[in-house]
Amino acid sequence: MLNVLKIALRNLARYGRRTLLTSTLITLGVVAVLLFIGIAGSFKALMIGQFTDGVLGNLEVHRKGYVASIDSLPLNLNMPPAMVQKVEQVLDKMPQIDAYSERVKFGAMFSNFTETTSIRINGVVPAKEAATIPLMPGRLIEGSKQPPLLRPGEILIPKLLAQGLKVKLGDTVVLVATNLQGSVNGKTFVVRGILDSASGPSGRDGYIDINDARSLLRMTQPEVSEIAIRLKDPAQLDQVDAQLGRDLAGVTNQQGKPVLEVHTWAELSPFSSIVKMIDLLTLFIKIMLVSIVLVSVLNVMIMAVYERIREIGTIAAIGTPPARILSLFLTEGLLLGVGGTALGTAISLAVIYALHLRKIVFNFGMQQGLVLAPSVSVRDVVVIAAMVVLMALLASLQPAWKASRMDPVRALSHV
Amino acid sequence: MQLIRAEQLVKTYRAGEVEVPAVKGVDFTIDAKSFVAFVGPSGSGKTTLLNMIGCLDHPTSGKLTVLDTDVASLDRRAAANFRGQHMGFVFQDFNLIPVLSVYENIEYPLIMVQNWPEQKRRAQITRLLEAVGMAGQANKRPDQISGGQKQRVAVARALATNAKLVLADEPTANLDHDTAYQVLGLMKKMRDELGTTFLFSTHDPKIMAEAEVLFTLEDGRLNNATVAAKAEAAHA
Repeated sequence: MLNVLKIALRNLARYGRRTLLTSTLITLGVVAVLLFIGIAGSFKALMIGQFTDGVLGNLEVHRKGYVASIDSLPLNLNMPPAMVQKVEQVLDKMPQIDAYSERVKFGAMFSNFTETTSIRINGVVPAKEAATIPLMPGRLIEGSKQPPLLRPGEILIPKLLAQGLKVKLGDTVVLVATNLQGSVNGKTFVVRGILDSASGPSGRDGYIDINDARSLLRMTQPEVSEIAIRLKDPAQLDQVDAQLGRDLAGVTNQQGKPVLEVHTWAELSPFSSIVKMIDLLTLFIKIMLVSIVLVSVLNVMIMAVYERIREIGTIAAIGTPPARILSLFLTEGLLLGVGGTALGTAISLAVIYALHLRKIVFNFGMQQGLVLAPSVSVRDVVVIAAMVVLMALLASLQPAWKASRMDPVRALSHV
Repeated sequence: MQLIRAEQLVKTYRAGEVEVPAVKGVDFTIDAKSFVAFVGPSGSGKTTLLNMIGCLDHPTSGKLTVLDTDVASLDRRAAANFRGQHMGFVFQDFNLIPVLSVYENIEYPLIMVQNWPEQKRRAQITRLLEAVGMAGQANKRPDQISGGQKQRVAVARALATNAKLVLADEPTANLDHDTAYQVLGLMKKMRDELGTTFLFSTHDPKIMAEAEVLFTLEDGRLNNATVAAKAEAAHA
C-alpha cells in the first residue's frame, strides 16, 4: 500500500499545476464552508440569545393547553400553587438549570388618566426574572438598570406605549384588569422604566411585581401562568427538554393525565424559522462544496486516466492486477481530497483564531458591543473533512474503475 | 522442453459487421530457452500472435498452451496473474513509467505485481542493472536517458520477476542499427545467463539474422520455421 501511495504521489506531482489547481479549489471550498459555519454559528448564537436571554428563557413550562390559547392569555389555565410547587421541586433537582422565573400573565387596560389602551402584563419576581432573563435590564432605555428590576407598585412599560400615551418616568398610571370571575379591578403604578421593544412574542409586554399582579387579579391563591427557565448550557436544550418532559409527566390531573407541557424557545418564537434558514443555508453551502469537490476531482481523474492510457496498458500488460490499478487511481483522488481538506481546515482554523484575536465588535438589536466569536466544533470539522474526502474518493471511482478495466492491447495501441 | 504449443490458432477481429481475420490457423511449438523471432510485413499477424501468447488477447479458436497452461481459458484477472508470474514484456516505445527512476521502473513489477521484500528486490535490481549496463544510471528518469538505454531498462524490467518468457514487440524499431544490435545482444546474453525464452517480432531483415528460430508470417499464416544452425549448436 505504501508503494501505491508513493507512486500516486509522484503521479500527482507529475501534473503539478493541475494538482495544485484542484487542491486549491478543494481548499477554498473547505475554507468557505468552515468559515461560513463558524460565522453563521456565531450570529445564530447571538440571535438565539436575543430571544432566550431577552424575553423567553430557554424553556417554558405551562399548564396543558395554555400555549394553544396564549394570545388570549387565559387566566383559567394558570397553575395552582401545589402544581407550581411540584414543578419547582423538579427544577431544583436539575443541575443543568441556572435559574427559573414564575410569571403571571394577563391582559389589562392601561391608562394615563386621559387616554386608555390595552397592554399585556407580566407579573414577575424581579430578582428571579433578572436571573432568568439577564438581558432584561439591557432593554431599559429609560430608568435605572440597577437591581432590583422592579419594586411593588412600579411598572416597566414598552417604549411604543410610552410614546403613544406620552408617559414619562415617574408618572402614575392605572392598570385595570378583569379577573377569572369577571370582576374588574384597578391599581395605580409608578413608571419605573421604559423598555425597548424586543422581537418576538412578549417583546412589547409590560412588567409589574408578581404580588401586584395577583392583587390586581384578586387571586385567592398564588397562581402562576408560566415558568421561564434558563439553562447553564444552551447546548443542553434538547436533553433538558426531554428530561423535563419525562419528569413533569408525573404531575397529573384527577384522571391521571399529565397537566403540564414544556416548550423550547424555538417552539414559542416564530424566529426559530430564521435559525432553521441559517441551518438550511449551511446545508446548501455544504452541497456546493461537495459539488465543487466532485466536479474538480472527477475532471482531474478523467484527464489523468485519459492522458495515461498507454501507461495503464503497460502496467496492465506486465501483470499489475486490476484491483491494484484501481487502488492506484483511487489513491490519487484520495490524496487530492486529503491534501485539499487538510490545508483548507488549517487555513480556516487560523482565520477563526485571527478573528478571535481581532475581536470584531458590533451591535445587534438590544445587545450592544457584541463580539463576533466564530467557532467550529470538532464535529463540524470532522464531518466536513469526511464529506470532502469521501467525495474525492467517489469522484475518482469511475475513472479508476475505467482504468482497471482497460483492455491492455487497446491501451497499448492508444496514440 | 516445449514452452509454447499452438494448434490451429485463429484470431478474427470484428469491425462492425465485417470480420477481419488476423491469424488464420497456425501451428507451432517453441522450446524453452530459445531465441525466437516472428517476422513478416505489417499486418501479417505478428503482434496479434504475440498478444495471444502474452495472454493480452484471446484466440477466436484453436488451442494455445503456454507453460502447460491453456491460456485461452484464463479470465482477465487470471491472465494478469499469469503474466505477472511468468512473463515479461518489452515494447517498441519502451513504455517506461515517466515518473519513476530507472531503478524504480525495474522495481515496479516486484512491488506492484509480485510484492518482493525490499532486500531481495535490491539485490535483484542491482544484478539486473549491472547485467544491462545501466548501473550508473539508476537514479535517472526515463527522459534523462537515450532510446537504447531505455530499452535496456525495459529488458531489465521484463526480467525482474525471473520471467520464463519475455515477449518483445518490435523492440528495435525505434533504435538505430547499432543500438538495435546491442539490445538484441543483451537479450541473447540474458537468455544464455538466465535461461529465459525470448520471443520478438520484427520486420527488419538484419535483425532477423540474429534470431535462432524464425517464424515467418504472411497474411495471418505461418510459412515456415527456420532454425538457425548456431542455435542448434548453442543448445547442443
